[in-house]
Amino acid sequence: MNGIVAYGAYLPYFRLDRKAIGDSLGAPADKGTRSVASYDEDTTSMAVEAARAALRSAPAARPATLYFATAAPAYLDKTNATAIHAALDLDASAAAFDMLGSVRSGAGALRAATDAARPALVALSDIRTGLPGGADEREGGDGAVAFLLAPDSPAAPLLAAPIASASVTAEFLDRWRLPGEPASRQWEERFGEHAYVPLGAAAVADGLKQAGLTAAAVTRWVVTGPHGRASRRVAASIGAAKGAVADDLASSIGNTGAAHAGLLLADALDRAKPDETIAVVSLADGCDVTIWRTTAALAARSRAATVAAQVAAGMPVSYATALTWRGFLQREPPRRPDPERPAAPPSFRGESWKFAFTGSRCQACGARHVPPQRVCVKCHAMDRMAPERLADVPATIATFTVDRLAYSLSPPVVAAVIDFEGGGRFQCELTDVDPAAVKIGDRVEMTFRRLFTAGGVHNYFWKARPLRSR
Amino acid sequence: MASNGIRDRVAIVGMGCTSFGERWDQGVNDLLVDATKDALASAGVELRDVDAFWLGTLYSGQSGLTLSRPLKIEYKPVSRLENYCATGSEAFRNACYAVASGAYDVAMAIGVEKLKDSGISGLPGFSAPGDGTRAGLTAPATFSLLAPAYAKRYGVEDATLKEVMTRIAWKNHKNGALNPRAQFRKEVPKDTIACSPLVAGPLGIFDCSGVSDGSAAAIIVRAEDAHRYTDKPLYVKALSFVAGPAAGPMDPDYDYTTFPEVVASATDAYAQAGIKDPRQELAMAEVHDCFTPTELVLMEDLGFASRGTAWKEVLAGTFDLDGELAVNPDGGLKSFGHPIGASGLRMLFEAWLQLRGEAGQRQVASIARGRKLALTHNLGGAPGECVSFVSVVGSEPSR
Repeated sequence: MNGIVAYGAYLPYFRLDRKAIGDSLGAPADKGTRSVASYDEDTTSMAVEAARAALRSAPAARPATLYFATAAPAYLDKTNATAIHAALDLDASAAAFDMLGSVRSGAGALRAATDAARPALVALSDIRTGLPGGADEREGGDGAVAFLLAPDSPAAPLLAAPIASASVTAEFLDRWRLPGEPASRQWEERFGEHAYVPLGAAAVADGLKQAGLTAAAVTRWVVTGPHGRASRRVAASIGAAKGAVADDLASSIGNTGAAHAGLLLADALDRAKPDETIAVVSLADGCDVTIWRTTAALAARSRAATVAAQVAAGMPVSYATALTWRGFLQREPPRRPDPERPAAPPSFRGESWKFAFTGSRCQACGARHVPPQRVCVKCHAMDRMAPERLADVPATIATFTVDRLAYSLSPPVVAAVIDFEGGGRFQCELTDVDPAAVKIGDRVEMTFRRLFTAGGVHNYFWKARPLRSR
Repeated sequence: MASNGIRDRVAIVGMGCTSFGERWDQGVNDLLVDATKDALASAGVELRDVDAFWLGTLYSGQSGLTLSRPLKIEYKPVSRLENYCATGSEAFRNACYAVASGAYDVAMAIGVEKLKDSGISGLPGFSAPGDGTRAGLTAPATFSLLAPAYAKRYGVEDATLKEVMTRIAWKNHKNGALNPRAQFRKEVPKDTIACSPLVAGPLGIFDCSGVSDGSAAAIIVRAEDAHRYTDKPLYVKALSFVAGPAAGPMDPDYDYTTFPEVVASATDAYAQAGIKDPRQELAMAEVHDCFTPTELVLMEDLGFASRGTAWKEVLAGTFDLDGELAVNPDGGLKSFGHPIGASGLRMLFEAWLQLRGEAGQRQVASIARGRKLALTHNLGGAPGECVSFVSVVGSEPSR
């Protein structure tokens, strides 16, 4: 059985103050904030960011399978995991599968990766929407998390091994959404509670029995699900030791749907010491429980971009902007041509450039080229190039502008000419940035984004953002 | 430089230029007919006397039929070409070479653009299907990349740079106010320019050239035939056109304070024309002031000011209408307007008027004092990836 050899989380940079919702709508104000995916993010792009963070800490790993789970897929019919696969520059022989549509697909993807016979990368990502003024809008959150599951090896030792997994499944109508609708519907809250609490109790009991543990002996409990009240009741009734139930990030991030149990597990791993037990209880259309035991290798894990650090970072976004980004507020577009949809054949020919951000380096003189070229800009050698991926190479701003005329869902467009460490230059958009704070000499890093959607095609590509991930 | 030039082999003997602006009542065909009529009348020839035509337009039509259809040109060569914002100059250059080669006796170069029918602000897009990875910046944004880079390199305060940009716009509006064909015929106070709404980077709307409709045309003959048409022909001294390797956006050695393409084309043109010191020898220059930082940088690239000093020269009034070297005496792209395909020929039209002493209130004083050369500079693209054209024309053949 596989265990966790690497993990990474990604929280979008923007936070919506729940008070702003109440103030705008003239409703009672709620407390705390929720995370909001930027206008140029979707569940696919956030999954890429989380998976990049995971793979950075296990550079030698070559996953043989990628499972992507979300309740809010960017595409139907077409696989979304292939874009993630391409952006991560995974081996062509690695499979990529979507598990879409429901919150429980997150627990399913992690279980499938754990049970897999080969190293498997799992990416869980969600953008939680609801109608303005509703609980889903207020209590949801956006984010992603990724785990690399593989057998223990010297190159990639296990950080945590599964010691028990239990499930209980039941069919009942608590929350649901018809395809294409902007919001979910829910049955009366107390009915969901009635259905979930016994399911949770049964799955927890089974998991503890398999692990040979008492509830009080488990170091950390993660209990979550889209039914907040049911999850809190299950957490309260488990019999966990005092302080052992982890913060569910409800007050800072909100519930990130299919990603949330994984996100809380990542947060628990960030905080855990070796030889602890972490029980993850995910209540969604049943209950899935996995109990993990951390290993000595956990002490040597990467400390970059922890969940807590990302929770603490972030910039406020106004309610009107957040509504615009999610399509609930249609705004007057600029008097500019609509962007052209990316064409399939050039995107296919340039997959390693467009998705993996692979440039080229001249083998005659060493000059780096972004995008890849056949003729060297420095020595003019022809066809002496070798591919070189720059997605993880930091860069410095050479000059920049704030374009108030260009089309954008969230004007103004901030763009910069950036020079990569070790050579190479590119002109691209900046994101997650305050236009007034950009300076020549600022350091940036690349981030995978959905630039825009035109003609029903999502245009995935890379932007630069202020250096934050390391 | 592998460019021999055709100094004094051909001459302009007639020119026409429509007024530029929001010509809601005129279509592409009307603009082409008007500019052609003016140019033919100016040269004293009929349409049938013209042997070959070069039409420059970026968006407003394809193929030679765009010109032959409205003018009913019967069975003659009409080439349509495009080279970004240098399109009009490129039409002129090709027509000159055709006459110089002896292939034709009389050629017409005409440029036209009808931008105001699109219903959008700025320029329309025109890219081939792509992979969606090119940054979709607007023209003002790409040229605004010059501003912070120039300020940083030469230690100019942001506020001072804004003042320099404002003065360029103010000067060109002041010149354009004297030009009956210009799109904007009003002086604009510096405060209005400096406080105009931002478009890109430090560029306000008054730092941007006018989006307009218009057409301009020139009749070209061999130099030895020129006096059969006019007493005051303009001799073509130099034509230089270069396309750069578009290296700026991928080469960290490019610093966004210069257009290497302009330096190359100016060097070539000066060699063809035998010019040693352009600031001392030229009577005037029409340059591609698409945005105010462009004109600033061009002053250095064209050799009118040494590196890092153009901003001071601008503030000192060196390039004013009554300054040491008048730049954009007709108001430039800024106030005359920028109908893409027509602009290169519009620049030559001002040289035509000035060197013949027909520029009225805009007449540059140095011509009366004996300067006989004018320069036009036209570029297309963006900093680091552009095409550049420089011509020198003169009112006398060289000895």
